[in-house]
Amino acid sequence: MSKETKIKKWILFAVGVLIALYVLFPFYLVVMNSFKAQTSIVESPVSLAGASFHQFVENLGKVVNNSNFNFWYALLTSVVITVVSLVLLAVLGGMAAWVISRNNKKKWATAIYMVFIASMIIPFQVVMLPLISTFRDVGKFVGISMLQSIPGIVFAYCGFGGAMTVFILTGFIKGIPYELEEAAGIDGCSPEGTFFRIIFPLLKPVITTVTILNGMWIWNDYLLPSLMLGQNGKVKTLPVAVQAFVGSYVKQWDLILTAALLAIVPMIIIFMFGQKQIMTGMVEGAVK
Amino acid sequence: MRTNEQGNKGLSFILLVAGIAAMVIALGLDLAGSSFALRGELLIAGIVCFFIGLYQIPSKKHHRKIVYFIFLFPLLFTFAVTVIIPLVLGIGYSFTDWTGIRFTQFVGLSNYTSMFKDPAFIWSILITFLFVVFNMILVNLIAFLLALLCTSTIKGIGFFRTAYFLPNLIGGIVLGYIWQFVFSNVLISITKTSWLSQTKMAMVAIIIVYIWQYAGYIMLIYITGLTQVPGDVLEAASIDGANGIQTLFNIKIPMIASTITICTFLTLTSAFKQFDVNMALTNGAGSVPNFMGNYLSNGTQMLALNIYNTAIAKNSYALGQAKAVLFFIILACVSLIQVRVSNKKEVEM
Repeated sequence: MSKETKIKKWILFAVGVLIALYVLFPFYLVVMNSFKAQTSIVESPVSLAGASFHQFVENLGKVVNNSNFNFWYALLTSVVITVVSLVLLAVLGGMAAWVISRNNKKKWATAIYMVFIASMIIPFQVVMLPLISTFRDVGKFVGISMLQSIPGIVFAYCGFGGAMTVFILTGFIKGIPYELEEAAGIDGCSPEGTFFRIIFPLLKPVITTVTILNGMWIWNDYLLPSLMLGQNGKVKTLPVAVQAFVGSYVKQWDLILTAALLAIVPMIIIFMFGQKQIMTGMVEGAVK
Repeated sequence: MRTNEQGNKGLSFILLVAGIAAMVIALGLDLAGSSFALRGELLIAGIVCFFIGLYQIPSKKHHRKIVYFIFLFPLLFTFAVTVIIPLVLGIGYSFTDWTGIRFTQFVGLSNYTSMFKDPAFIWSILITFLFVVFNMILVNLIAFLLALLCTSTIKGIGFFRTAYFLPNLIGGIVLGYIWQFVFSNVLISITKTSWLSQTKMAMVAIIIVYIWQYAGYIMLIYITGLTQVPGDVLEAASIDGANGIQTLFNIKIPMIASTITICTFLTLTSAFKQFDVNMALTNGAGSVPNFMGNYLSNGTQMLALNIYNTAIAKNSYALGQAKAVLFFIILACVSLIQVRVSNKKEVEM
């Protein structure tokens, strides 16, 4: 390696480090300031002065049990909503995508597929207001509360996530040779058995992709849960809880940043375990 | 399941009838004004019975079709209730005096005409377009440069990729508040007055935060594109004596044209719909002394937030809905144009 390219590499490396420092700096601020009291945050927001573990415990105590934030309950709500929605989207989406791709020469299947694709461009804003009133009316009509309830919001996520899920899964199922299913049929396997025993297991990699994409969106989504569950409702997801909490403590940075830290940590933990899958999944989903 | 076909005839019939009866009773109770508490459970039980009954219909000929129907129905139903019905209703409501609960009369186009007389809304449209254009260019440029950095042969590439991607994991609300802290408590020692309190700089701040969040993700897509450029082509170029910059502009960029299309599309649509960061960072505040002869207090309020505030905060649902319909039309047009233009470019390249 020549001296010139070596120097070039060091410069590039230094640039990379600088950018990384810039990108990670806000994370550092959040973590470090969660260990401080309000006064030392305002005095010296960047330095470690005034940080103590004791203070962190105190901040945590104030935040976790705060009636507006209710961390454990919000975390549990977010987990339940996300997990149930993801499982339903994977199973129902897989079923629908299989039906669509096995009937792709029929008009009705093409029409459904086209509607799904076209709907992906619809911004949430255009449906959000009537969505709330529809859910309120439907809920009243059928006697199941659709607003301020976990089943209602899971239902909505299945509806909103359905289009993209079907789109990605259909593309994948089309690539699975039909002979595989025919062979199963000859062996006496029913169509539903063929799907669950043969096709669905084959979908594993693409379902991972879809689950990551949907999961990132559902976990971090604010607008839909804030409208459906309400800011001051009993049921709150983590982002809604953060918003409600911050609204009640303007400029109380010791508490706000501790709350932010608590909201970030679950995602970071998941990311540490599935870093590679998450990063490739996000890209594959976008490229399709 | 298929072995006892004959025996299921009776069961299938009973379940179908019971299911339909349960559904009818459950919904009928509502019309009758009954306050029977288990109405919802009865309805669900009815639906489940109906589908099991349908599944058990002993017909070899139609079994496949029935399975197709049962498989397709749940997702289509949720999709129709959450997307299609609200979309149709929403477009209808935008021509009425809807209050979020009911409407009394059709008002024609008056919602649409009144929003164009509102300088605050025009301002929102303008800054949204500005924001989208700046973002599309800056995010793609920065993400592409980061991708070049992360596909070079320097050390620590894995760490850099992860670090740059990290902000993307966090929801807009939380990172909006984090950056509010950065701007109003940390950077203030350099900027003297907080950027968030000056309209123009607050827009810059929103763009900075947005790039911080989004560039890492777009970078990953560019990295995938760049690594798919065949190695022998690059080798051939270097044998022919092409330098780094020539390879970049004459080989790498043309070969990842489709990736560029995807990334511009993603940044365009997501910047257009930007809501969370806008809300958490400035909540639309910012003074504009004179715009179309009016003083505005929503200097940093972009379209999505404007729609939200019109409907939720100001309680003008019909007007908010009309704005949302316009928002949808603009978004659809812009995306279509973008796809057209980039397809053309891709062919030329």
